Amino acid sequence: MSAATVTPTDARIPLRGHLRHTGALIRRNLLWIRQDPESMFDALLMPVVFTLLFVYVFGGSIGQALGGGQDGYVQYVIPGMIAMMSMTLSQGVGTGFSQDFNSGVMDRFRSLPIGRGSVLFAKVSVELVRMLFATTVLMIVSVAVGFDIASWPGLFAAVGLSAVFASSIMWVFLTLGVVLKNAQSVQAMGFLVLFPLQFGSSIFAPTDSMPGWLQAFTDYNPLSTLADAARGLMVGGPVAHDLWVTLGWSVAITAVMAPVAIHKFRTKS
Amino acid sequence: MTRIDKKANGGNVAVSVRGLVKHYGETKALDGVDLDVREGTVMGVLGPNGAGKTTLVRILSTLLAPDAGQATVVGYDAVRQPRQLRRVIGLTGQYASVDEKLPGWENLYMIGRLLDLPRKEARARADELLERFSLTDAAKRPASTYSGGMRRRLDLAASMIGRPAVLFLDEPTTGLDPRTRNEVWDEVKRMVGDGVTVLLTTQYMEEAEQLASELTVVDRGKVIAGGEIEELKAKVGGRTLRVRPADALQLRPLAGYLDELGITGLASTTVDTETGTLLVPVLSDEQLTAIVGAITARGITLSSVSTELPSLDEVFLSLTGHRASAPQDTVPADAREEVTV
Repeated sequence: MSAATVTPTDARIPLRGHLRHTGALIRRNLLWIRQDPESMFDALLMPVVFTLLFVYVFGGSIGQALGGGQDGYVQYVIPGMIAMMSMTLSQGVGTGFSQDFNSGVMDRFRSLPIGRGSVLFAKVSVELVRMLFATTVLMIVSVAVGFDIASWPGLFAAVGLSAVFASSIMWVFLTLGVVLKNAQSVQAMGFLVLFPLQFGSSIFAPTDSMPGWLQAFTDYNPLSTLADAARGLMVGGPVAHDLWVTLGWSVAITAVMAPVAIHKFRTKS
Repeated sequence: MTRIDKKANGGNVAVSVRGLVKHYGETKALDGVDLDVREGTVMGVLGPNGAGKTTLVRILSTLLAPDAGQATVVGYDAVRQPRQLRRVIGLTGQYASVDEKLPGWENLYMIGRLLDLPRKEARARADELLERFSLTDAAKRPASTYSGGMRRRLDLAASMIGRPAVLFLDEPTTGLDPRTRNEVWDEVKRMVGDGVTVLLTTQYMEEAEQLASELTVVDRGKVIAGGEIEELKAKVGGRTLRVRPADALQLRPLAGYLDELGITGLASTTVDTETGTLLVPVLSDEQLTAIVGAITARGITLSSVSTELPSLDEVFLSLTGHRASAPQDTVPADAREEVTV
């Protein structure tokens, strides 16, 4: 076998090649779930636990303050839960990626003639599947605790918007997965990022009673706008402003973080 | 250099490395390495931990960019043409590079798809390679349930899916028990029989002797010796025959007898009174046979006979001994001589 027998046409990978590679890697990540169903426990239990917690523990008093009682709070908090769920679950993409790096399999992928993006896109795709699963569970639980789905198209639009935002935030976690040493650090760092974003938002309670400096933060917190947009779409109310701000955040985060993640991945030794 | 000229006549060069440098801060993992591997041959890269072996393999398989120098595989430059290069290589790392959560079959199928095989062909290739590496029975089990040897075999199978022209094996048997190590050796020999060019790193002289036709010895990022394995063995003294006479009193007379015979040439026998054995350096199988024959003819009963290859340490001592005059040497020459005596 001399160099001349090797086809030189393979310098660039065609789009079909990228799709094939991403598909093969999605299959791999889905097989992981089949091999280890426990990895879906968080996606199954988190929506149940959080819904019950917020509706029955805090729901009464917050609902009273809002003026709609516990039932009114259900209508308020469930769309917010969709936003929260998308964020919390996207964190898994970083820890999973970090585990890949600490096993030899990543060396194999990187020595194969595939686009670097394929490995990352496959991770994002499978994480979105997990997210949709969790959202489905959430909706079943929420109907059980009395949530009234006012608009089905609105529900689907809200879920779609959450998925768009989640896939943008996943690039942040992928970057952490490449840069940080192990899965535990990724999780710890992810928690530090997520916690203030989730609670400093309009997900669980309206922001009017918060101090001004905090309101300034919550107003621009993409999780607030995502939750408010979801609320508008699912229960009714103004949507446009929050929708555009959320989409703007998604595009901006992806535009900055996706190239960073791919670059860090490519140059990691 | 005459060595390179000789290689150019012996066949096309599949892997070529020139002046390769990679530094990690103060550590010089590679400090100007030159190396050629001819098509269809096995090059063994022998060296202790930290000699730069893994760094070399990682650069050749495009996982790492060198600081300086050039590395090409079947004419493709590792830095400028990584995608073309990746198409013609297979890599088996020091740590099994398979997905442990995936069954063996799925691992191979996935790699087939990543190498652009059509679905049907990827399936067939996965079946074929599992069969060939005796893993068919374990095809559906996650690789995490495999034994060390099975995992390494799966790893080799994964490297073979794309029918690579050049295979890089980074310490393929480190951490395996002797029986499993033999299994892996057999597989590597079969691959070589198929015409694959192999670059293999190892810490064991025995492994290099089993698999490689040529050897490059590296230490602290530098090539300290290289050439045909027989040449090098001659240089480092080849094997040692160790015999123990059943009657310990025979030890010294036997040594004298063998020295008188002169079969062993210049090197003389050594008496090891502690273990009651006699050490005879041998350079060829003929010599070995002649010595055993002479002992038999003399009517001496032996309670044990074994041959030993020089250990990596011994190889290094004899090789670095040649470099004693080199100015960059940090170990004083006399200190080393004391050890070799």
